[in-house]
Amino acid sequence: MNSHLSDTIEPTPSRLRRILDSDLFYAFQRSPVAVVSSLVATLLILSSIFAPLIAPTNPFDPSSLNLMNGFTEPMTPNAFTGEVFLLGTDDQGRDVFSTILYGMRISLFVGFSAVLFAVILGIFLGLIAGYFGGWIDSLIMRSADVQLTFPSILVAMLIFGIAKGITPVEHRDQMAIWVLILAIGLSDWVQFARVVRGATLVEKGKDYVSAARLIGRRPYAIMLRHILPNVLSPVLVIATISLALAIIAEATLSFLGVGAPATQPSLGTLIRVGQSFLFSGEWWILMFPACTLLALALSVNMLGDWLRDALNPRLK
Amino acid sequence: MLRFILKRISQSFLVLFITGIIAFSMFTFVGDPVDNMLGQERTMEDVERLRAQLGLDKPIPVQYIKFLGEAINGNFGVSYRQGRAVSEIIMERAPATLELAALSAVFAIILGIIFGVLTAIKRNGLLSNFIMTASLIGVSLPTFLIGILLIYLFSVELGWLPSFGRGEVVQLGWWSTGLMTESGLKALILPSITLGLYQMTLIMRLVRSEMLEVLRQDYVRFARARGLSERDINFRHALKNTMVPVVTVIGLQLGSIIAFAIITETVFQWPGLGLLFINAIQFVDIPVMAAYLMMISVMFVGINLLVDILYALIDPRLRVAAK
Repeated sequence: MNSHLSDTIEPTPSRLRRILDSDLFYAFQRSPVAVVSSLVATLLILSSIFAPLIAPTNPFDPSSLNLMNGFTEPMTPNAFTGEVFLLGTDDQGRDVFSTILYGMRISLFVGFSAVLFAVILGIFLGLIAGYFGGWIDSLIMRSADVQLTFPSILVAMLIFGIAKGITPVEHRDQMAIWVLILAIGLSDWVQFARVVRGATLVEKGKDYVSAARLIGRRPYAIMLRHILPNVLSPVLVIATISLALAIIAEATLSFLGVGAPATQPSLGTLIRVGQSFLFSGEWWILMFPACTLLALALSVNMLGDWLRDALNPRLK
Repeated sequence: MLRFILKRISQSFLVLFITGIIAFSMFTFVGDPVDNMLGQERTMEDVERLRAQLGLDKPIPVQYIKFLGEAINGNFGVSYRQGRAVSEIIMERAPATLELAALSAVFAIILGIIFGVLTAIKRNGLLSNFIMTASLIGVSLPTFLIGILLIYLFSVELGWLPSFGRGEVVQLGWWSTGLMTESGLKALILPSITLGLYQMTLIMRLVRSEMLEVLRQDYVRFARARGLSERDINFRHALKNTMVPVVTVIGLQLGSIIAFAIITETVFQWPGLGLLFINAIQFVDIPVMAAYLMMISVMFVGINLLVDILYALIDPRLRVAAK
């Protein structure tokens, strides 16, 4: 099989080939939980990205709504208009399937942005604390300790409350999504900072850092170009698990009425609205968003757990 | 030892000092309460009178000193929304939350230990596998969804239990209790399960892993060789030795039960402190938010301090490390 040529010159495998040959991908194929949960997560994420193409109606366009369609049961024709909706409609005649797609969009957007914000803030503060040490290290890590005294959902609520108080009343609804990202992100940076600080302390003593310092690279260049790439993999694992927690945190805050407003409903807001129809028998307004949230949180959570175990050398 | 305790106490005061500054800055810099309390139709005199009444016309350092003094006495001024003293509202709401928290803690501890021991002893039994799987799903479910599902099953479909409120309460002095009437007890069931479920799975997993660790030890094998009954080995020898970490975690979890009561109380419209706090955030009622923040931080810091000191008393290695 082997020609003379390929024996002497080893062709560099393509990037895709290298991913397919890696240990991680092998472990992935062997784990049904990982395959199923990543399929579910991908499906949900894709359908929320392409929500405008998939959704039968735009639930936030008042012209497409017909109040006569209100409270239509799933898969049964409406008594007045005869229209059929896959997952029924809510009190205003909005298609539940469409509101879920758009709601999931907001949930995922807030979740991703909050984690991204927490990761960037945590990496930045962790690198500074680990690299410089001294009083700046004490300041950063002591404030992390103070924050860790309280559950993160409480911290997020408090930040949301304060930020809401600062924003002018007329902008509150527009700003709510950004305030939510800020609140969840700020409640979550500590773990990233701790991990990065610990790894930086280890890397700082290695020869390549001394060499970089000797040739006169500036501290920030050393931190970002040399140390950062070497401390990223634990950050990635925590970020995946954090994403599931951020999605749940967002849903919880919105459900409590201190998150996404009714004009831009996330899955949590939809569940909050749906709860009031539970007693009058319109279960579908609540149950379908709830199941979607569950599928989303569970699949991301399991994927994170699997990734943590797969990358942990002690478990191999 | 004394040095360690003093160090921990001073750290705790630092945390309280910082939260105090946050609480005060909320008062001073966040929003204009006068805007929130008075409607669109107001005169300048109304605004001035209310400012003087709330003490907002004085300079900031004066307000800060006044705030500190009042906070130590448990006085956080007047709620912007309800127009009553915050301390009075808190005293009125506290029994509801404390009863709920106590009951869910008892529920979590008893079932957590029983299930933990059970799944450790019969590792591959059908029931153990079922409990472990159920707990995995239970941990992934957001608390509020568990509450809603319980309401749907037991209130809407079966109609067995009430879905909101405390039922009838009996007034004992300033304490109002729901433990003495049938409707009050019924109303407690679903909220305390919702609140305690997460803590229960946590305690269960901890007891299970500690038990598995202990059951592997030599003294358990010797006890078995001596011919002791399985029950004596499991409960008198093994379980007893798992209790140190379990008690610590339970202690630390007590604080989070009260914090997570916010979610449960909102689902069940339970008239406690958590619902008060959520409403305060929605209406930007700063005095109530600040008072809740101070109260909960004193509680958390106190619990952490106590656990740390107990730990140092139990484990001498920590004392050396702290020096």
